[in-house]
Amino acid sequence: MADKIATREAYGAALAELGEKYDIVVLDADLAEATKTLTFKKKFPDRFFDCGIAEGNMMAVAAGIASTGKIPFASSFAMFAAGRAFEQVRNCIGYPHLNVKIGATHAGISVGEDGATHQCNEDIALMRTIPGMVIINPADGMEARAAVEAAILHDGPVYMRFGRYAVPYLYDEADYKFELGKGITLAEGSDVTIVATGLMVHIALEARELLAAEGISAEVINIHTIKPLDTELLAASAGKTGAVVTAEEHNIIGGLGGAVCEALAGVCPVPVLRVGVEDKFGKSGKVPALLEAYGLTAANIAAKAKAAIALKK
Amino acid sequence: MEKAKFSFLTEKAREIRLGALEAVYSASSGHPGGSLSIADILSYLYFEEMNVDPADPKKADRDRFVLSKGHTAPALYATLAAKGYFDKALLKTLRQADSILQGHPDMKHIPGVDMSTGSLGLGISAACGMAISAKASGDAYRVYTILGDGESEEGQVWEAAMFAAHYKLDNLCAFIDWNGLQIDGKVTDVMNPTPLDEKFAAFGWNVIVIDAHDLDQIEAACKAARECKGKPTAVIAKSVKGRGVSFMENQAGWHGKAPNKEQYEQAVAELTASV
Repeated sequence: MADKIATREAYGAALAELGEKYDIVVLDADLAEATKTLTFKKKFPDRFFDCGIAEGNMMAVAAGIASTGKIPFASSFAMFAAGRAFEQVRNCIGYPHLNVKIGATHAGISVGEDGATHQCNEDIALMRTIPGMVIINPADGMEARAAVEAAILHDGPVYMRFGRYAVPYLYDEADYKFELGKGITLAEGSDVTIVATGLMVHIALEARELLAAEGISAEVINIHTIKPLDTELLAASAGKTGAVVTAEEHNIIGGLGGAVCEALAGVCPVPVLRVGVEDKFGKSGKVPALLEAYGLTAANIAAKAKAAIALKK
Repeated sequence: MEKAKFSFLTEKAREIRLGALEAVYSASSGHPGGSLSIADILSYLYFEEMNVDPADPKKADRDRFVLSKGHTAPALYATLAAKGYFDKALLKTLRQADSILQGHPDMKHIPGVDMSTGSLGLGISAACGMAISAKASGDAYRVYTILGDGESEEGQVWEAAMFAAHYKLDNLCAFIDWNGLQIDGKVTDVMNPTPLDEKFAAFGWNVIVIDAHDLDQIEAACKAARECKGKPTAVIAKSVKGRGVSFMENQAGWHGKAPNKEQYEQAVAELTASV
């Protein structure tokens, strides 16, 4: 197994694998090669429907299919799945709570060269506001595969967020267990809690090393399910360390950082600093250069961690 | 159409009109004009055409109906009540906070509603989803939808039109309620979508133009839609907005306004007296 894989690759592979076991159908909007649903299409051509470049129609078609008892996966880039088709997702899928799974790839700044029009840093915020919507943002290939099966087994709408850029595997297959709505403590610590999601999880682990070199003990929690949020785990960790930093490849408004602030404010108010895209649009560039330019780095997480610790009473 | 059937469907259409008006009057809000224009089509669909069973509203092989022009929910609710999906007394609770009868169709709570609609342009796409699902698993059920004429200004209607023709959804029949009026005035003045027949034909649909208040023509259209293979059918149904109530007919102002007591009583009198 390669040591790195884009979560979109794992998504396509999971659909093709799980298509054997479950009555799923897959829709795409002319991006099957990029979203990797092509893998499913090749194996199950009769259960794959290309909707063409018409994402709004695709989401409502998916709703109609779900109403007949099948489980549709509707795939496009996050910008178009959550952005272009927001109203269809809200009214046709969310409001009737239909069993549609949205596979949104190319989320966040790590789209890279295509630039701002295709870099969706708003999708988590949009999807979080839809009652009953489950949001999963897997951190590696194994988690992405697990997320797809968990989505199939969950009765109701699920938004899955996948990346274009290869990320390292974080887990050994033997010990890995995915539970919808449950965060995973990847490393324990006592001075600060780093809560990360998606691409930022492995970078958070790097930040932990940087902090350790300075004698600071950081706990690292992977939140793969952003909604429903594992408030219990977050509150327990925040209560222990007294300071939190969030890290996400998304606008710091409305995403994981926003969700963690909202949750902790009610149950365990501690300083929370947010690492993410600071209310800006993206731009073209190589992914490492963009992560650097937008502060999505281990160094920035470590700096924010120290600042959060300094804010403790 | 034989006389007994014609009389029966005519009475059901009257019941639908009276029920829709009762609901809108009780709610003091709602959409009477476009409810009255589709009453004859709903009567034919629910009391003649569709395989549905109010005792088993979710049976798997039922024909599906999507009210894409969801704002005319009062007509759909009156139809479902007339068919026996729920007690007619519920119609008086339309739009009240403790009622299941939402301002727009809600599939989660209202027996017989196959899709939640209300935001225009979305229902026809959902109907396409039901139709392609039937095709994918070889199910024989058919899917019916009614769109508004103004609704065809929504771009998504044409995304769905492309989709339905591309996938040869001949199990889909879409009625377009051509009453010629939308909120801001005449459809052709606000944003002219004509010629709708030529547009749907150009998109690859089987197109039939009928009088929306002629039960024989509705029946002929439904039969032609069943017989047409390889293409979805669009029925451009030329209707009168507010049909059956003299002061509402062809008045854009009655799109989304409830009658007062005096107006309601006159409307009931006219509908009850009509042949």
